[in-house]
Amino acid sequence: MLAKRIIPCLDMIEGRVVKGVRFVNLIDAGDPPELAVAYEAEGADEIVFLDITASYEERDILIDVVQRTSDQLFIPFTVGGGIRTVKDIQSILKAGADKVSINTAAVKSPEFIQKSARVFGSQCIVSAIDAKRVYVDIDAPLGNRIVIETPEGLCWWEVYIYGGRTPTGIDAIQWAIKVEELGAGEILLTSMDYDGTKDGYDLPLTKKVVQRTKVPVIASGGAGAIQQIVDVFKITDASAALAASIFHFREIAILDLKKELQNNSIPIRL
Amino acid sequence: MVNLAIVNYEMGNLKSISSGLKKVGAEVQITKDPNALIAADGIVIPGVGAFGDAMKNLAPLQPTILEEISNGKPFLGVCLGAQLIFEESTEFGLHKGLAILKGYIERLPETVIAPQIGWNQLIIQQFDNPLVEGVENYSYVYFVHSFYPVPENPDIIVAKTDYGLEFASIVAQDHIFATQFHPEKSSAVGLHILENFINFIKQ
Repeated sequence: MLAKRIIPCLDMIEGRVVKGVRFVNLIDAGDPPELAVAYEAEGADEIVFLDITASYEERDILIDVVQRTSDQLFIPFTVGGGIRTVKDIQSILKAGADKVSINTAAVKSPEFIQKSARVFGSQCIVSAIDAKRVYVDIDAPLGNRIVIETPEGLCWWEVYIYGGRTPTGIDAIQWAIKVEELGAGEILLTSMDYDGTKDGYDLPLTKKVVQRTKVPVIASGGAGAIQQIVDVFKITDASAALAASIFHFREIAILDLKKELQNNSIPIRL
Repeated sequence: MVNLAIVNYEMGNLKSISSGLKKVGAEVQITKDPNALIAADGIVIPGVGAFGDAMKNLAPLQPTILEEISNGKPFLGVCLGAQLIFEESTEFGLHKGLAILKGYIERLPETVIAPQIGWNQLIIQQFDNPLVEGVENYSYVYFVHSFYPVPENPDIIVAKTDYGLEFASIVAQDHIFATQFHPEKSSAVGLHILENFINFIKQ
């Protein structure tokens, strides 16, 4: 049976992991490959690197990180952040990454996903979607937006780009349907409302996107406790759960998390 | 030291399989040179991509690969490389394979999500096969695929995997081994399988 995946995410600037990471026994806690290897040893199923380097000119540093990671890491890893061209994808995959995640460039030019999927195969194209709730009145004119009644109120979800800085007016659930049509092999769905809150994943959003698409959906944003990760797998059919700080700061050990998932009859690789 | 030739035919990630094999002690050469295949202790065909394109790219090396394997050289096919050793595939039209093993390549049915991406279990059928020595039954390994092999002779199936349907995830016949999953992405279990392949060559 296909297992649910647990994915730690590492944010990097200029080849260094940002936000502190509290690991013991590491020579260099800021070195992405070394951290990724430590996570593999703990039972992570996959790693996501998100390059948030402001300058596009620093790409050589990223390529070096990808190469060093692929020499040592024996689980799949995805690289995202600032990917704009087919050439960007090619250099990252050639350096040894298994997948790339595309966000802003896809929103600005949807055919980029189509082209990338055709050249490299859907299996290595992850569409990253940053979504934020827009609460509405029941009487408001909503056009073709997908509106859902959540415990917090009636809302739709808007796609944001440029690292969550720029709203686009695009309906996130419809965008998810669209990226699948264009050939994305997976959707990395981040709730901007819940990211950093530790209140748990945005379950109504995750559930709806899973329902409306056939590709694997990675839930992201909000994980703060083991029970919330159990919930995202019990309440939605998400394929994977991504988290950053709770793993980095040892608030949750991956092994403990996986044991608890297994206790809840969720298929997991132990 | 075991010296392996990884066939470079411009299909997918050659670096990862190379890193994996190095990690378990092999010396590897990524090559297009027939003489390098002849000189190597074993041949590995990795690969991700379309069957038809792969066969086209592989054509110049096909006679050497077939001859070396028929002379008893150990072989490991991974993912697409595991599919190419069968007789034919219907991926985007009918394509002839290397036909080292009897059987064909089938698409995952409409009833399941394709590609299968993620960790799934090995249901071992032949515990005495050297490739799975020391591998626990129901171990998880990493898959990325939309097609799977259907061997004519079920006796060559070393392990199956259940993805709504059961398919052959490891096949082996004498010195010929093939895995539908990616051992180089399957953490400790995958490295163990690669090490078993190296040990088989050493014996």
